[in-house]
Amino acid sequence: MATETAHGEETGGLVFHPLDQFIVKPLFGGDGPIHWYTITNVTLWLAIAVLAIIALFIFGTRGRAVVPSRTQSIAEVLYGFTYKMVEDVAGKDAVKFFPYIFTVFMFILFSNYLGLIPTSFAPTSHFAVTGVLAITVFLTVTIVGFVKNGLGFLSLFWVSSAPLVLRPVLAVIELISYFVRPVSHSIRLGGNIMAGHAVMKVFAGFAAIAAISPVAVLSITAVYGLEMLVAGVQAYVFTILTVVYLKDALHPAH
Amino acid sequence: MASGTEHTATAADAAHGAADMAHEASAAGMPQLDFGTFPNQIFWLVVTLVVIFFVLSRVALPRIAGVLAERQSTITNDIAAAEELKQKAVEAEEAYNVALAEARAEAQKIAAEAKAEIQAELDAAQAQADDVISAKAAESEQAIAEIRAGAVESVKAVAKDTTKEILSAMGSKADAKSITAAINARMKG
Repeated sequence: MATETAHGEETGGLVFHPLDQFIVKPLFGGDGPIHWYTITNVTLWLAIAVLAIIALFIFGTRGRAVVPSRTQSIAEVLYGFTYKMVEDVAGKDAVKFFPYIFTVFMFILFSNYLGLIPTSFAPTSHFAVTGVLAITVFLTVTIVGFVKNGLGFLSLFWVSSAPLVLRPVLAVIELISYFVRPVSHSIRLGGNIMAGHAVMKVFAGFAAIAAISPVAVLSITAVYGLEMLVAGVQAYVFTILTVVYLKDALHPAH
Repeated sequence: MASGTEHTATAADAAHGAADMAHEASAAGMPQLDFGTFPNQIFWLVVTLVVIFFVLSRVALPRIAGVLAERQSTITNDIAAAEELKQKAVEAEEAYNVALAEARAEAQKIAAEAKAEIQAELDAAQAQADDVISAKAAESEQAIAEIRAGAVESVKAVAKDTTKEILSAMGSKADAKSITAAINARMKG
């Protein structure tokens, strides 16, 4: 933040760096090169997400109480909500994928909300992160689909309820939409988080001008409220799409 | 905060390899498209996901599932116990009603018996009293009759004496036999 202000004063005007908050940099050792093993701000906030998840789901439930404490209730509500979603959308046989789906959901949820802490870093605003999540889902779903149904999985692309002439055309469209899934899946999440954070930063830049700073501060407050909603909704959307894709893999018939 | 980073990095750029060149080039645009940081992010993401997955699937999820199952069974047991207690309460109420009816019948029987007993005692006492009364009355009647008879005799004697005195006073003499006959005749009249 300090360098940014200095930069702004340097050029003597209004300078926006809304994307600087997304820069990946090493935590130790200055501005050295970033190798795959370098401990960066990404590592830090991923670790904080892990600790937060452990705090809620391990320490929160250590009482194993029949009448739950507050934290245990939160853990139970998240568990029950996700479990019901998997069961309702993808069916009983999808329940064995529940730990995987729950992991993805909790990781995105915690990263999104931790990213909203001022001066923090949101790993889910990076396409590297959301891309890996989406590609993992895509590969899992495709492999499960072929393992469970064999070549019958291809019936997902053959719309048997459509007129015969249209079926090849629909098959091409279905095939394209199938392969576009990981792209839309990852960009939807990463784009939403990135855009929200960038917008807040732009308003924060305007707050430097005294005349409009009250408006800017109010706008930041409003956008922050919206981002609180977006953080939850996008985690939910990513998860439910994962479950829907999983349903396609388990029950490919239209 | 990154502009400073960029300046320094640009200065040091020449010293670094091709990967770093790519890193610096894209850092000018969106940090999201800085492919130089991708291996780092992906590596740490995979580590994170694996840790979260094992923590959740080995510890947290079985624990929560256990707690939920336990709660469910507790609730089911409690409902069953409540049902049983309710059944018991209904039975107890029935038993109470039966006992109450019996007690009521018993009480009525006892009351009737007591009433009959008292009535019998009362009747006996009354009869006894009647007997006593009638005996006393007969006795009294007899006494009265005796007194009356005594009185008549006395009246006769007094009348004889009086008559004898009166006659002697008048200078006439009358024998006792005729006086008695006369008095008896008068007394009858």
